[in-house]
Amino acid sequence: MALLACENTGFAYDGKAVAKNLNFSVESGDYLCIVGENGAGKSTLMKGLLHLKAPASGVIRMGEGLRADEIGYLPQQTAAQKDFPADVYEVVLSGCLNRLKGRPFYGKAEKKLADEKLEQLGITPLKRQCYRELSGGQQQRVLLARALCATGKLLLLDEPAAGLDPIVTGELYELIAKVNRELGLTVIMVSHDIQSVLQYANKILHLDTEQLFFGTVQQYRDSAAGARFAGGGTYA
Amino acid sequence: MLNIWQEMLSYPFMVRALIVGVLVALCASLLGVSMVLKRYSMIGDGLSHVGFGALAIATALHLAPLAVSLPIVVLAAFLLLRIKESSKIKGDAAIALISTGSLAIGVMVISMSTGMNTDVCNYLFGSILGVKQNEVLLTIVLSVLVLVLFILFYNRIFAVTFDETFAKATGTRADFYNMLIALLTAFTIVLGMRTMGALLISSLIIFPALTSMRVFKRFKTVVISSALISLLCFLAGLMLSYVYATPTGASVALLNMACFVLFSVVGWCKGRGWRA
Repeated sequence: MALLACENTGFAYDGKAVAKNLNFSVESGDYLCIVGENGAGKSTLMKGLLHLKAPASGVIRMGEGLRADEIGYLPQQTAAQKDFPADVYEVVLSGCLNRLKGRPFYGKAEKKLADEKLEQLGITPLKRQCYRELSGGQQQRVLLARALCATGKLLLLDEPAAGLDPIVTGELYELIAKVNRELGLTVIMVSHDIQSVLQYANKILHLDTEQLFFGTVQQYRDSAAGARFAGGGTYA
Repeated sequence: MLNIWQEMLSYPFMVRALIVGVLVALCASLLGVSMVLKRYSMIGDGLSHVGFGALAIATALHLAPLAVSLPIVVLAAFLLLRIKESSKIKGDAAIALISTGSLAIGVMVISMSTGMNTDVCNYLFGSILGVKQNEVLLTIVLSVLVLVLFILFYNRIFAVTFDETFAKATGTRADFYNMLIALLTAFTIVLGMRTMGALLISSLIIFPALTSMRVFKRFKTVVISSALISLLCFLAGLMLSYVYATPTGASVALLNMACFVLFSVVGWCKGRGWRA
């Protein structure tokens, strides 16, 4: 059975459908990208997968022993974080919260895990720096480390490259691909950046309130929706 | 200095004011960090106005002030959080609505029962005699409860304050902790209201947190420094008000303001030095 599957899933706000008839599945180790125009229902679907919003119809199934609180999430940044006093270690450690299971404080295991993730993402030197004083790319790495603390299976990313310059964006995508490849994490990412998506992902879900396409990257390139959205010149 | 404290503590009412004040100052400063960062500062202010209304009603009906105002303020805290979430009426407008409304009710009740006298002044701006003997125990129990809960849930409060969506997605009951923070704040406000005054109690919540954030950059150090600043400002303010017969609430609030200015200057200098 798949790690995650949507069967005829739909979402609505105040009775108005923002996404409907979604049918797709994600296998362990996949790198799925969700693409579509603004208002196509991408972020709503993300909320649904995170169990922050209940589907209006259909079901979301989770397999292979995946629990709802075991999903790592890299959200879009909030305004409150711009002046938040916290150092990198405090932020990363907060990703271990779902491992506490009722205990009030972090133990050795959680601290070791946080250190490990800092190391894997190459941000150990930033450990005691203030989060709000980091560059955008560094902040995303910190949030990625936090997400990795929360999960060993599935990582959800919502426009991780928003507001980053092209070089930093490239590095971040490389890092996410590495996490997918080397740590064996399943990745689901919402992105506008169709070129990068085609380079790194192995499956594509194209939304425009309804599901326009779901399949492999190769199939997407050959499909009508893919040709229109990705445009020419992507067959590099 | 020591003599002054010895003399102060020979009055039972001063001992009560000291105990209650120290506990409330600690609670308020700890919760304040989360309140300020969550953009909930005005909720604290709104709740203190509700507390004023409740206090007025309790006095008019000759009921125990704490027993009446506690549940009312807690109820208002839940209501304000709900409004913030549903956003039919925008959060800040809703708070202004509730706080001015309760102020009006309070003033009306007082003028109809005892008349506008020094009581009103004491409610609004606090009095060192505000803590009654039979309420000290309840105050101690409640504020120790606030402190213990804050320490036990410290990591969760951090997570919910820093990033509510992430916390929710990874299975932390963010709504529960929001409610808890509001509930504990409601307790703190009611307990501190009569010493500090309904109009000034929220300064205890807002100032120490903002002051610490001028200089410190880790959540833990901000929390610890807030607690220390709040404690020192209260003790110094209490002494000031005893020696110079100034209003306690205003003295403490002014000292907090002085600290804020001081820390802002330090933070500014640090920022410049760091860049140069």
